[in-house]
Amino acid sequence: MNTPQQITPDQHAPEPSEPLEPALELSGLRRDYVVRAPVPGSRRRRRQVVRAVDDISLSIRPGEAVGFVGANGAGKSTTIKMMTGILTPTGGSLRVLGREPVAERKQLAREIGVVFGQRSQLWWDLPLRDSYTILGAMHRLTDRQRDARLERLVDGLDLGAFLGRPVRQLSLGQRMRGEVAAALLHSPQLVVLDEPTIGLDMVSKEGLRRFLREDRAERGTTLFLTTHDMNDVERLCDRIVVVNSGTVAYDGPLDSFRAHLGAPRELVVDLAEPAAALSLPGSAETAAVEADGIRHRIRFSGAELTVPALLSAIGAQVEVRDLSLTEPAIEDLVREIYGRSGLA
Amino acid sequence: MPTYWSIASASFRQYSTYRMATAAGVFTNTIFGFIRASILFAAITTAGGELSGYTIAQAATYVWLGQALLAPIEAFGTREVSQRVHQGEVAVDLLRPASFLGLYYAQKLGRSAFLLLGRGIPPLVIGALVTGLALPEDPLSYLLGAFSLLAAITLAFLADMMVNLAAFWLIETRGLTVVYTAVMNLLSGFLIPILWFPDWLLGIARATPFPSMIQTPIDTLSGRITPLEALPLLGVQAGWVLVLAVAAHLMLRLGVRSMEVQGG
Repeated sequence: MNTPQQITPDQHAPEPSEPLEPALELSGLRRDYVVRAPVPGSRRRRRQVVRAVDDISLSIRPGEAVGFVGANGAGKSTTIKMMTGILTPTGGSLRVLGREPVAERKQLAREIGVVFGQRSQLWWDLPLRDSYTILGAMHRLTDRQRDARLERLVDGLDLGAFLGRPVRQLSLGQRMRGEVAAALLHSPQLVVLDEPTIGLDMVSKEGLRRFLREDRAERGTTLFLTTHDMNDVERLCDRIVVVNSGTVAYDGPLDSFRAHLGAPRELVVDLAEPAAALSLPGSAETAAVEADGIRHRIRFSGAELTVPALLSAIGAQVEVRDLSLTEPAIEDLVREIYGRSGLA
Repeated sequence: MPTYWSIASASFRQYSTYRMATAAGVFTNTIFGFIRASILFAAITTAGGELSGYTIAQAATYVWLGQALLAPIEAFGTREVSQRVHQGEVAVDLLRPASFLGLYYAQKLGRSAFLLLGRGIPPLVIGALVTGLALPEDPLSYLLGAFSLLAAITLAFLADMMVNLAAFWLIETRGLTVVYTAVMNLLSGFLIPILWFPDWLLGIARATPFPSMIQTPIDTLSGRITPLEALPLLGVQAGWVLVLAVAAHLMLRLGVRSMEVQGG
């Protein structure tokens, strides 16, 4: 696990790979945008080609849950637009559920569910319930099928209280739950979530994640998720793909992503009595001692050491009065990836 | 089909909840109806009781039907689609497993059905009570009038959609909307009957789909022309529906293509 780049899915497949067609297959995918930039001192504009996606190859098996992360402008949205068939690739090829996205956009729309965190697919002025009636008809669900599925969604996403309210009156959290229900109403095989938790508070985020996990466990859907929140990836995905400047900087299982980075989780303990550096198990190390020996910052890797084990080792030496645990932010981890591959 | 029906009926219900807006619209339509009627009456009286085939009663009918059709036809244009194109929301529409134009047409029909009842009928009733209306004697006129009205709403939808779809290429379509509605209001025979135009302008108007949007349904519904005279005009309407439907479809295809290729 010392070579981080381009771990192919087959190498880390949790079970023997089945002869299934990939749910998503991107090979050598490229996308250029032509930008007309003004030239200083001239009225002419210079034609400039910006490469948003540069040679992305990915193969995602049915049932996999993949977190697709990267900084703003890394090429995430462009990739999703190509996957859903609203943007033509400049080069390379992609198949989504065996289909050509641009050519078969409408058929594909019946088989995938998409949530764009920044856009709404609900009918703004209509009561939320009406959007599901329309979507049910669009996806050719019988009233029975629709009602059964809707009941599950209303229950799991807690929509009951505001089903009758016009979408424009919903809070962001309520609307996002409504959006997710809209994307899942037709029980799609592939769910594409583009920043589904953006702008939500902790409780709303957690509720949404819980339901997405449940639904995936029940139906075995393939999940493709972009986010800025590492917790989304951790709670929902088993594989992480990091993109930077339009290329794949890392592709592998989530736990080895962490392990590979040494994933410094940080435990902050406040002691009852000041103490010098503590002796710590495994690879845990004291990063800093503050407040005259009262506060200790301890870095450790989550993969090889559990928090209780670490705590009991500390507890055997000193009395702990207070503690807090911080998880590495996705931005930090990604930055580290970039740093290592010399891309920063 | 259930998709479009559910959208049309939802759109109808949605507009039926805007009671204040409806009341305000009816009020405005009625006031402008009186203003327009008094101008036309003055012109007709000066001309000696009849002007290019319009008597006072026929002019009144023309005005009130025009006021009634204003809202369902949406003669002042819409901006929803152009805004969605500019904001990229159009991607969401294109990711629906249904026809883009079909979705918006269904929405338009639901909306127009409500506007016809809620905004159209009241000014007509008020007009009938105050100035009187010249109504057709032949019941066939009502049937043909209904078809003519549907065709007019469809045409107005398609033309307005094309103006909106220009947003795929233009950064700002407001100017285009203003020009379009000005031309449409004049050439459709909404401001004054097209028969009052000088010959050259009448010629221009008849070469466009605009009279099919207002003048034809008004003439048919008011019985100013007989059902037999209305039939060829309905044929003209049908022809324009075909032409504009193909044009709007092509425009959408090109717009979507340029979005797919250039990025939204």
